[in-house]
Amino acid sequence: MARRRLINRLAAWTIAAVAFSAIAAVALIFLFVVREAVPLFNSAEVREEVTPAQMVMPQAWKEGAEPSFSWQPASKVPKYSLAPLVAGTFKVTIVALLFAVPLAVFAALFSAEFASSRLREIVKPAIELLAGIPSVVLGFFALMVLATFFQDTFGFHFRLNAIVAGAGLGLTIIPVVYTVSEDALTAVPRAYREASLALGASRARTAWSIVLPAASPGIFAAVVLGFGRAMGETMIVLMASGNAAILSADPTVSVRTIPATIAAEMGEVVVGGAHWSVLFFLGSLLFLVTLSFNGLGGWYVARLRRKIGGTA
Amino acid sequence: MRFSAHQRANAAFAGLTGSAALVILLALAVILGDVAVNGFPRFSWEFVSQSPSEGMTAGGIFPAIFGTVLLVLLMTVAVIPVGVITAIYLFEYARQESLFARAVRSAVYNLAGVPSIVFGLFGVGFFIQFVGGNIDRFFYDGRVLWGQPAILWASLTLAVLTLPVVIVTTEEALRTVPREHREAALALGSTKFEAIFKIVLPQALPGILTGAILAVARGAGETAPILFTGAAYFLPHLPTRAYDQFMHLGYHVYVLATQSPDIEATKPILYGTVLVLLLVTVILNFLAITLRSRLRRKFA
Amino acid sequence: MTSRSALPSVRPSGPEAAAARPLAPEASATFPTRASVAPRVVARIPPMQIQTTPPKTKLASEKLELFYGEKRALHGIDIEIPERRVTALIGPSGCGKSTFLRCFNRMNDLIPGVKITGRAMLDDKDLYGRGLDVVELRRRVGMVFQKSNPFPKTIWENVAFGPKILGEKNKGRLDEIVERSLRNAALWDDVKDRLQTSALGLSGGQQQRLCIARALAVEPEVLLMDEPASALDPIATSRIEELIHELKARYTIVIVTHNMQQAARVSDRTAFFYMGELVEYDETETIFTNPKERRTEDYVTGRFG
Repeated sequence: MARRRLINRLAAWTIAAVAFSAIAAVALIFLFVVREAVPLFNSAEVREEVTPAQMVMPQAWKEGAEPSFSWQPASKVPKYSLAPLVAGTFKVTIVALLFAVPLAVFAALFSAEFASSRLREIVKPAIELLAGIPSVVLGFFALMVLATFFQDTFGFHFRLNAIVAGAGLGLTIIPVVYTVSEDALTAVPRAYREASLALGASRARTAWSIVLPAASPGIFAAVVLGFGRAMGETMIVLMASGNAAILSADPTVSVRTIPATIAAEMGEVVVGGAHWSVLFFLGSLLFLVTLSFNGLGGWYVARLRRKIGGTA
Repeated sequence: MRFSAHQRANAAFAGLTGSAALVILLALAVILGDVAVNGFPRFSWEFVSQSPSEGMTAGGIFPAIFGTVLLVLLMTVAVIPVGVITAIYLFEYARQESLFARAVRSAVYNLAGVPSIVFGLFGVGFFIQFVGGNIDRFFYDGRVLWGQPAILWASLTLAVLTLPVVIVTTEEALRTVPREHREAALALGSTKFEAIFKIVLPQALPGILTGAILAVARGAGETAPILFTGAAYFLPHLPTRAYDQFMHLGYHVYVLATQSPDIEATKPILYGTVLVLLLVTVILNFLAITLRSRLRRKFA
Repeated sequence: MTSRSALPSVRPSGPEAAAARPLAPEASATFPTRASVAPRVVARIPPMQIQTTPPKTKLASEKLELFYGEKRALHGIDIEIPERRVTALIGPSGCGKSTFLRCFNRMNDLIPGVKITGRAMLDDKDLYGRGLDVVELRRRVGMVFQKSNPFPKTIWENVAFGPKILGEKNKGRLDEIVERSLRNAALWDDVKDRLQTSALGLSGGQQQRLCIARALAVEPEVLLMDEPASALDPIATSRIEELIHELKARYTIVIVTHNMQQAARVSDRTAFFYMGELVEYDETETIFTNPKERRTEDYVTGRFG
């Protein structure tokens, strides 16, 4: 009996200790990614090559040259302007959302309001399957098939550009936006629909004017979550964006994002050097921004569930 | 008047939303179809059992398959116990309103949202530089053995990445075990530990298996985290030690697709590799999805 | 009805009861249903009264209060439950009878936010006192639940589960325990040829008797039964009731039931709960034929609940 009690006690402690690993993981990720970025702020050697101010402000790279934003870490005078990368990341992300959100939300509306249960049984697993396709395969698809198709159709000057990468990226976030939106739509109380239909509104009218607005906070959360996901995605943009750090609003030119920059350059940097620290700084930035987007989206979803479902 | 305004509006709206769903399904079909059509001609026993030759334009991809499988196995060994036990804590032990439980829950949620490339940086900064570097310093007089990219570090990085998948599915599996069975076991004088490990866990096993499959599928497909924690483009030997580097299907696809000097010559191999990777992940996902929906139906 | 004054524990309780007593003879005539409610019990009155040494108290509570968060679910319950007798807890839904039952094996511990004050005792030992081993307590106080809950394992595994966790590894001895427990639960003849088949293949009544056998296998002293027959058909119910009757020779049994006929048929003593209070606790025949409290009378005659 004493032995069983001891085992029980020990097990409870061990289990709680192991559960701590999840907290430890997040803390360690933050700590060890940020740690490698710190020399930017306190190492004289690193600051000789680049300072945070140089990363943010436009720089005149030659005597008398126009100050500009430029990312060329491997050139003789390494240039570390973050602006092209930040702008590129947002540009691709927005393109991805423009592709994915209408498709995913409409498809969710279809599943929730119009599809027969048999059709739903096809759509839902198919979209789950889409979520299961490795991003390197989607990147490959964007690179080999989409890029050619888009160039042939629209005659883009750059074969790889923000539109191709954004379309590929859209494929990864469709499942997220779809799933969260569908949850939000099905959570709308049936009484709303019945009331609207009883007043003589059509099903289309009901879906558009009653159900969609009622679910809009959830759909907003879906978009926020999709945004966070798209921003952090690496392989697709690495393969299909062209990776040129050009500061431009034009979606048809090549573009370089923060995750793709880390992925492309991390393999060649000197451990502990200025470039190394800048890449970790980019990683920290990415970590914090996606974390806040996810936090915002998740908080919204949780609040919504409490409001509609009564339980979290 | 054969159709009322209502009916027309309904049909139009159903058509509009339905075509959105159709576009998504079509995209999926095009991806799978393109890979299948271009990949199958290359697909053969030789392709999956031989090493690459002639500068990646001939031969097979066996080392990449081997590396991926080994990587995922190591990852599974690391992530399943930790993930399952964390889920047991959250579902069976934690007082839901306690600060610690809420912190664990929010950590799991946030972990799931961390971009995969950040996991790669974490693998470099923590596993390779910190853990590996210190092992070298203390046990090998600074000779670099562990402080460099290796299959062990890549698999542990992936284990951290897939942790939320395992935790969430295990919790769902525990939820399907009726409360009455826990009560019955406790009322017979079993300890909480005995009730959970002898009565609850065996019943949750199919669900936990689903989680494991999902984690494996996810781990097998992730490429960004292993780019600089252990994957190599070409190695003459298979990895046999924990600090060896390894070849990997996803990495193989990436390098062949973006850095090949002669894309037309490598294209068949490229498509063949994508097909293998896709088959592995799609089959695993399909397995997990059907298993899960069967479980859900059973316990709904 | 004349035997009323000879009953062992007549204590005037409250003005209402006192006022009701003189009316009792007329009342019994006005409510003929009472006699039909518990004919067998009435017939058993004489032997009960002959008993000279009152049975030892097995379970007891003193000023037991239970709170779900802020809400008080049990209001200062005092009770003494005799050894090797069947005690029934009756009352309308939500009156606290199940909650009270679960205080004696501390199953309420599993519900978050439950707070208990006062005392609950097994053999004069405080169940909520310091140093009490809940696991050992639950071994000594078995429980049968409202919904039969066999594990999704074989019949043999179900019964052997308890002894096994208690450390019995010998297959032969486990076989003996399984057989004895199944016999005691009147299930042996039904299942002896299919011990290694799934318990989920049994009928509802058989499953509930299996749960009783499973509880008996760890040799408890007390059996708590929480509406054990509420989900069963009449034939299965009567088998469970017969079983309870046989088991009381060796076990102290406390049974929660919403079925008054059942309480009258199987129990020796009955406690009536209403809105978290123990309204009346007495010999079963007294509760059903001559209750002292107006609320008890209203309930047993079917005027509410």
